[in-house]
Amino acid sequence: MTANLELQNITRTFDDFTAIDNISLKIDAGEFIVLLGPSGCGKSTLLSIIGGFLTPTSGRVLIDGKDMTAVPPSIRPTTTMFQDYALFPHMTLRDNVAFGLRMRNVGRSERAAKAEGFLDMVGLKASAGRKPHELSGGQRQRVALARALAVDPDLLLLDEPLGALDMNLRRQMQDELKAIQKDIGTTFVHVTHDQEEAMAIADRIVVMNSGIIEDYGKPTDIYMYPRSIFAAGFMGEVNFVPGRVTAEHDNEYDVETVFGTTRLSTDSFTAGTPNVGDETTICIRPEQFRPASASDDANRTTLCQAEVVDGAFFGTHFRCHLKPENAPDLILVAHMPQSTQLKAGDRIDVLVNPSDIIAVPPVALAS
Amino acid sequence: MRRQLSAVISWSYFVAIYGFIFLPVGVLVLFSFQDGNLPIPPFNGATWKWYAEVFADDKLTSALGNSLMVAFLSSLLACVLGFCAAYGLARYRLPGTAFQRVLLTAPMTVSYLIIALGLLVVFNWVGIRLSLWTVGIGHVVINLPLCFAIIYASMGDHQKNIERAARDLGASNLQIMILITAPILMPSILAAFFLSITFSWDEFIIAFLLSRFEVTLPVEIWSLLRSGLNPKTNAIGSVVFLISAVLLVLLEIFVFQGRSKDDS
Repeated sequence: MTANLELQNITRTFDDFTAIDNISLKIDAGEFIVLLGPSGCGKSTLLSIIGGFLTPTSGRVLIDGKDMTAVPPSIRPTTTMFQDYALFPHMTLRDNVAFGLRMRNVGRSERAAKAEGFLDMVGLKASAGRKPHELSGGQRQRVALARALAVDPDLLLLDEPLGALDMNLRRQMQDELKAIQKDIGTTFVHVTHDQEEAMAIADRIVVMNSGIIEDYGKPTDIYMYPRSIFAAGFMGEVNFVPGRVTAEHDNEYDVETVFGTTRLSTDSFTAGTPNVGDETTICIRPEQFRPASASDDANRTTLCQAEVVDGAFFGTHFRCHLKPENAPDLILVAHMPQSTQLKAGDRIDVLVNPSDIIAVPPVALAS
Repeated sequence: MRRQLSAVISWSYFVAIYGFIFLPVGVLVLFSFQDGNLPIPPFNGATWKWYAEVFADDKLTSALGNSLMVAFLSSLLACVLGFCAAYGLARYRLPGTAFQRVLLTAPMTVSYLIIALGLLVVFNWVGIRLSLWTVGIGHVVINLPLCFAIIYASMGDHQKNIERAARDLGASNLQIMILITAPILMPSILAAFFLSITFSWDEFIIAFLLSRFEVTLPVEIWSLLRSGLNPKTNAIGSVVFLISAVLLVLLEIFVFQGRSKDDS
């Protein structure tokens, strides 16, 4: 089963600390949503509110259009997969997975059969008679998934479930989670602080910081067109250059920075149309810089002349620090193509395509 | 030379300390086999005669049965109550948690004599006649703090998420306690249970003051002792010791062995 989820003006305070500050969010049925943010941003608190383990100080939680704000977790059509798996250590895997069905008074043989079906789905049918302590971390994780799905929830809530796994296993589990989610169609809400994981699995990402939503959208949009400095910085390496909007043309604005005036289209202003005179910050990802010699793209313009400070070969790219001549204090990080042969001390023309540049308000969005 | 000397000293210390503890028990057991009427040296040779007399003595065998029953039932009740108290205090925010904890463990610091006197006064006042039931109540009073302390100490926060998961899957509070919390804490619950049984099994003062016609084994042995020493008292003493030792072995097997396996 699956259902949509709507959060309306959720606020949660603990004593005088506001963990969630007036968050509203709509999630479609069957979506894989990732709540992404640093620790302490309120993402786990929000998940607990969706799961019913915490009640919001104000606001409403609607699942499939029905108000669930005061419904306890045991009756909510949600199940949670906990970070430490929280398997029942004294029960076999079969009994672990069948527990939710047992609580729903499903007969012994029927629930054993169903449990084994779900264990089969995660590739652990042969271990049905074992106990959790005999399993590896990745296997426990799969059992926790099977147990949460066995009661056929509308929403599956995953609280940093891959945090304890090593890198390779995490990648593998991300693929499996995604495949299972597509297969069964249940709405998944997944919490993580790892932006690569978020991009790997999410249909849409919710970027959170200090109890508010900084950005919400498809992984490509959040990476390419973030709506706040925080979202831009959290999704990966980025260069920030402060500037000011100086003039307006048809659907284009001149932004003046230390590098001179750059003309950006309205689309670059992800947080909304600017006014002339506004302070702004332009964001350029390191991979969007190109050295002059590599330029065969007429859309690229010269941003500045710069001196290569240092550099290292990263396999997929050549990562270097650049010191612009007209702004020596502003060190830029650039990912140049593998083929570029740059040495420290080289002076180059740094090119960039203005349509790759985005401009956001200089401070993080505050509601 | 020096090493030999220290070895001699540590071995002598070892022998002295365990001799001090177990020699009286050894002598007791040895003279329960005394072929003669007095359990004092010299040892005249071995016989099972006194054990036969013990088990032919209706008073002793029924007292032994009473003791086992009181120990078993009072320990069971103490464990159930101790578990409920520990669960409540560990999982819910209650007013004055620290104070309630102190209140629950306080009887441990009060002498058995005072507890027995207090209960005697209360039973008289309420009009409850003294019986094995009143002895059992007394033993619950002394063992409940112990059971509470052992079980409460093992109720860690890491089980909280497991209980949350059970609740999330539709379990009620009672189902969580019975199907999840109690089985996970079984090693500590069993440890509390077996310790309670051993304490109840050889407890004398409360059993003496709160019983009347039917008595437990320590009280029966005491009345036997008043008629003077004979190898029969040694024999029944050996039986008491044997049963305590069996309980200790059970505790070791079921509780501590299981615990080391779960940790791996």
